[in-house]
Amino acid sequence: MVSTNRMSTTVEAAEIVLRDCFLAGLAGDAAQYRAFLEGLTGHMRAYLRRRLPKAQDDVEDILQETLLAVHNARHTYREGQPLTAWLHAIARYKLMDFFRAHARREALHDPFDDEHERIFAASDDEPANARRDIGVLLETLPDRHRLPIVFVKLQGLSVAEASLASGMSESAIKVGVHRGLKALAARLRGDA
Amino acid sequence: MKTERLIDMLATDGSVADQPTPSRRFGIAVLGGIAAAVVLMALGLGIRPDIGIVVHAAMFWIRVGFAVAMLATALVAATRLARPGVTAAPGLAAIAMPVALIWALAAFVLVQAPEGSRLALLLGHTWRVCPPLIAALSVPAFVAMFWAMRGMAPVRLRLAGAVAGLAAGAAAVIAYCLHCPEMAPPFWALWYLSGMLIPAVVGSLLGPRFLRW
Repeated sequence: MVSTNRMSTTVEAAEIVLRDCFLAGLAGDAAQYRAFLEGLTGHMRAYLRRRLPKAQDDVEDILQETLLAVHNARHTYREGQPLTAWLHAIARYKLMDFFRAHARREALHDPFDDEHERIFAASDDEPANARRDIGVLLETLPDRHRLPIVFVKLQGLSVAEASLASGMSESAIKVGVHRGLKALAARLRGDA
Repeated sequence: MKTERLIDMLATDGSVADQPTPSRRFGIAVLGGIAAAVVLMALGLGIRPDIGIVVHAAMFWIRVGFAVAMLATALVAATRLARPGVTAAPGLAAIAMPVALIWALAAFVLVQAPEGSRLALLLGHTWRVCPPLIAALSVPAFVAMFWAMRGMAPVRLRLAGAVAGLAAGAAAVIAYCLHCPEMAPPFWALWYLSGMLIPAVVGSLLGPRFLRW
């Protein structure tokens, strides 16, 4: 009883802290958004390691795919909705994708529905190595997607600087980052 | 790439200020879809010649009201299915309401009708062409709805595709109402609904393939 209470308190605290960071991030606060992504990474890694006892090697891949999916879907979060429910639905969707792709029957023996809160139940900051390299996949994107991501997202240039460096217009840079990250997610799941 | 580096990459900008809001996306899709269906109907089928008279009939507006109610409820379901972690059930229950109402009205008309005229009320004169024409008119709205849904994050792809298709079918029926001569509710309950179900079924088949993200 006591331990259940303690866990639900941890979970609620994580929900509140992460949601505040996330909302500040959506409003344009990059430091808060980073804090959200880092917090989410820790929880998600622990969650996936628990969920996939026989596929530990895949955890980091699914984690990265989920992070990218959360980022690409961030505009679909509705304020007032429990952040946990939103994140859990995305994580579950990515996990199902993984199961479908790999048809890992044994992993399915551990059902994982209706366990919203469990995402935040623990945190794990020890990364393993990912099998697929997002950096390598990034190289396969067309220039109109790759250059904006490299300049803005990896080298940290402003949109204006990236526009000068690449010869693309500022709006093309913005669109390129947005579409490029979606294209990257498609490469990551092996679609395109 | 290490996960840390991915976070570096994503963290540079979480702002959503530049992105069109979800409701705007669906709004554009629906209005564009209706407009395209009206143009297709006017050019390909023609607006019914007595439209100036028939707009004064209550039945005309009940028919349009049915189509609008189907579109509105399908949109509610679509916007719910477009967001992870939002239950779709209230949206799906909403769709059942206009369906139940039109069937109730159809049953009422059929019960009142004299023996021998009921089949004519159900089949009208155009039952053969009605569903395929509605399906054809729904194509632009279908593409637009899938575009809007693709910009979101549906996690139940089959259902999201079906509801997007149903909304496209309802948008097509709104346009088709300006052409169609059938004024009997039993006809609408049967054939308009069949016409809307064609894009809905197509949507459920295409959803898993085209709505993945």
